[in-house]
Amino acid sequence: MTEFSLLSVMTFLPVAGALIILLIRGDEHEVARNSKFMALYTSLFTLAFAVYMVLQFQPVDPGFQFVEHSSWLKGFGINYHMGVDGISVLFILLAAFLTPICIVSAWDSIQTRVKEFMVAFLVLESFMIGTFCALDTILFYAFFEGVLIPMFLIIGIWGGARRVYASYKFFLYTLLGSVLMLVAMLTLYAQAGSTDIPTLMANPVDPALQKWLWIAFFASFAVKMPMWPVHTWLPDAHVEAPTAGSVILAGVLLKMGGYGFLRFSLPMFPDATAFFTDFVFWLSVIAIIYTSLVALVQSDMKKLIAYSSVAHMGYVTLGIFTATVEGVEGAIFQMLSHGLISGALFLCVGVVYDRLHTREIERYGGIVKNMPKYATVFMIFMLGSVGLPGTSGFVGEFLVLLAAFKVNTLIGFLAASGLVLGAAYMLVLYRKVIFGPTEHSDAASMPDLNRREFWLLTPLVALVIYFGVFPSAITSITGPSVEKLVQTYEGHLEATASHNEAQPKEDARQDESEDSH
Amino acid sequence: MVLNLVPLLPEIFLAICAMGFLIVGVNFGNESTKVVSWFCALAAFVTIIIVLNIPADGTLSLNGLFKLDLYASILKIIILIGVIASIALSVRYLIQQGISRFEYPVLILLSAVGMMVMVSSNNFLSLYIGLELQSLALYVLAAFNRNSLRSSEAGIKYFILGALSSGLLLFGISLVYGFTGSIDFAVLETTLLGSEMASVGVTFGLVFILAGLAFKVSAVPFHMWTPDVYQGAPASVTAFFAMVPKVAAMGLLMRLLLEPFVAISDQWLQIIYFISVASMIVGAFAALAQNNIKRLLAYSSIGNMGYALMGVATGTEAGVSSVILYLLIYMIMTAGVFAVVLHMRRDNNLLEEISDLSGLSRHSPALAYAMAILMFSMAGIPPFAGFFGKFAVFSAAVDAEFYTLAVIGVLTSVISAYYYLRIIKVMFFDEPEDAFDSAFPFARKAILTLSVLFVICFVIKPGLILETTQAAASSLFSG
Repeated sequence: MTEFSLLSVMTFLPVAGALIILLIRGDEHEVARNSKFMALYTSLFTLAFAVYMVLQFQPVDPGFQFVEHSSWLKGFGINYHMGVDGISVLFILLAAFLTPICIVSAWDSIQTRVKEFMVAFLVLESFMIGTFCALDTILFYAFFEGVLIPMFLIIGIWGGARRVYASYKFFLYTLLGSVLMLVAMLTLYAQAGSTDIPTLMANPVDPALQKWLWIAFFASFAVKMPMWPVHTWLPDAHVEAPTAGSVILAGVLLKMGGYGFLRFSLPMFPDATAFFTDFVFWLSVIAIIYTSLVALVQSDMKKLIAYSSVAHMGYVTLGIFTATVEGVEGAIFQMLSHGLISGALFLCVGVVYDRLHTREIERYGGIVKNMPKYATVFMIFMLGSVGLPGTSGFVGEFLVLLAAFKVNTLIGFLAASGLVLGAAYMLVLYRKVIFGPTEHSDAASMPDLNRREFWLLTPLVALVIYFGVFPSAITSITGPSVEKLVQTYEGHLEATASHNEAQPKEDARQDESEDSH
Repeated sequence: MVLNLVPLLPEIFLAICAMGFLIVGVNFGNESTKVVSWFCALAAFVTIIIVLNIPADGTLSLNGLFKLDLYASILKIIILIGVIASIALSVRYLIQQGISRFEYPVLILLSAVGMMVMVSSNNFLSLYIGLELQSLALYVLAAFNRNSLRSSEAGIKYFILGALSSGLLLFGISLVYGFTGSIDFAVLETTLLGSEMASVGVTFGLVFILAGLAFKVSAVPFHMWTPDVYQGAPASVTAFFAMVPKVAAMGLLMRLLLEPFVAISDQWLQIIYFISVASMIVGAFAALAQNNIKRLLAYSSIGNMGYALMGVATGTEAGVSSVILYLLIYMIMTAGVFAVVLHMRRDNNLLEEISDLSGLSRHSPALAYAMAILMFSMAGIPPFAGFFGKFAVFSAAVDAEFYTLAVIGVLTSVISAYYYLRIIKVMFFDEPEDAFDSAFPFARKAILTLSVLFVICFVIKPGLILETTQAAASSLFSG
């Protein structure tokens, strides 16, 4: 590698920043201040690299770009292989974009062990970016699992009252799913003799084996997404995590599941994917309808948004497994848009939580009078979450539903009905919190957004509207890679089908020739 | 037969050193313990250099009793590293406990000689001599704090059960000898390969031998002594028990199964398979209920031996290599963990409860983070070294198509993650108790730092170690 290895620099820059923060010494106040600034600068630098990468990215080329390749686990033939394509490139940008926002959001709300918080966050950023860059299954696994460590600490140290329970549940649930994926990765390695993702994508294994491997990968990604019925860790984790933790959890960590389906399940196990499509469809639809209903009755704001995340992820899995260009593009769009919107919604909850220290919906009401700016910003994100045309939330859901109706009308119909429920719970939340009678004097005396909060939310507002009006900003980058993905997927399916057709004929021919003897 | 003593040089050197230091100790009394300890560590270090410098090409010596191949050499180096680490950990601890006696490092060296003979043995005779030399030194070490009832009890318990297992081993050896007419590994291998079906007597002998060795590696169902001995013995002895003897016993086990008994692998496979699964399950579940950190680590070591045995069960070159890697990584992590455990004292009293670690992250954050990293690594979470040990073992198991074994392995690793997380939870999420005594001796700090650095940095350049373990494994298979 003589070239500038952009992806590695981007991946490990946050860790370098974290190491520098570890070296900061002095009195507590100074250390906290310096580590906050150091973390912010590091994450902004990483963001700059990410923006540069997206600008340099050639959307017309559906293959992997910025590829790095060097030997790593010698003797196992496992390499350090990094690269991005149209599917992963924007997720890296999302992770790099949300991290500085999280760091700023934690500026005042994290008061204890600030240095450690910043270190954990930067390490988390490294692992997130690494997950989306990795082009080797074991490397991917290392990053994918590594994420658990900082997140466990973030929830457990800076979380709410039931933080210990939530952090354990988060860790063990996700670990249980992932270790099965590890066995599947090792099986792939034993069968195909490689852990290289592009190689494995080009040569799917035997269809009978695919089903087992698909299930193991599904166990991991379904927990991460999370899909119904393995979603129960998410509301707990969200409710107990500090605001910044919730933002990154909803914004980026959940997307790793969807990314995994796109990177592994579809291209590597096409036959198994086709086999399990209906199963995933039904799980997705149940997720959309059931969790929307659950969201309707929540009295905790964070829990409500957490359940809405599960519902939104239902559209993502639905879109991915339609295995059509519209569906997959819609799913990616939905993931990116949900990353912005749900992250922003958690920030909005954080804003009022910092003032009143409660997330009970009942404790608020009528705050539009004293917090007009907040009410406006919250409204934009609420409408984005509902999927109003003109916001980024609309495009993804629309594309997914379009694809769903093409593939399976009943599923499309049920998923579309979920939109109505989604509108219901978000509007109820908004009405109860922002409008309605002023019942609590402390809620009525909350100050409006301060400058930090305002500038924190503005870029998110801008992006939500921008992507709603110009969706091609995203689809032009993802398009070619998605088309290639769907083409190869269909190509594999056809190959298997023709192979299966040819097989009985050959058998018959052999029988004939044996008869003639 | 020419008497070729060159392959034996490391053992001879170490034995002479041990005896020499014994004389020094007798002359100068217990005040010399510290000096003797450091000289013993130095002797172990010099022995590593000797091992590195004599050709390990499968030479036989002592009429075929002793074989020095790369496999043995590398295991010896691992054993000696463990010996140095355990001596370094023990010096200050023994002084703090008031049991600083010069026999301690000498006994460790003698057991190291025994272990080195074990991994090099090519005959049941040398195997037994090495094993007994090692075991006898360990019995004394377990009871080293002779004023403590618990330590004496641990010593007696270990001795009685250990003697029983040695008896089983001897009985097995005599059966094998009776039915094949030889105790030489090479002769046994050809005899067994030559015969159509192994006679029942050999199989019976093998079962007894495996029972004896399973006791030494503390594999279920021969694990009962482990928690009691770990808890009762002085903590520095526990550290030594957890780190080193298992490497030797496992190394011996693999040589035994893959050289003389390779022809009847279908017989031993079921046994190893069973004890591997049982160890993983017992190690995971029994540790959940422990409140004493030494007992917890005892069950953790039982579980870890289960994972290592998974690699043994494959009987492939990749499996052997993965076991060596696993043992090395496990040993280094254990050294770091025990550096923390030895530091757990308040007002000069030794603490052993997990709850004593409460809020460690508040008063000594560096120590807490070091321990947390070691615990995540033990739980097998990437990017720490512990993950790569598990990865290698599971990879070997899947490669040999032991899918059930691998799935049981990963599931128990999730369960065991729970109790490793519990230690992290206690250190980070619970309200702080009083700080530990601040004296942190240099040697202990150095061991902890090196261990944590290894655990973190393994991911960056794993190549050299992986290639070494693979070379060791292939030397076992080539001859």
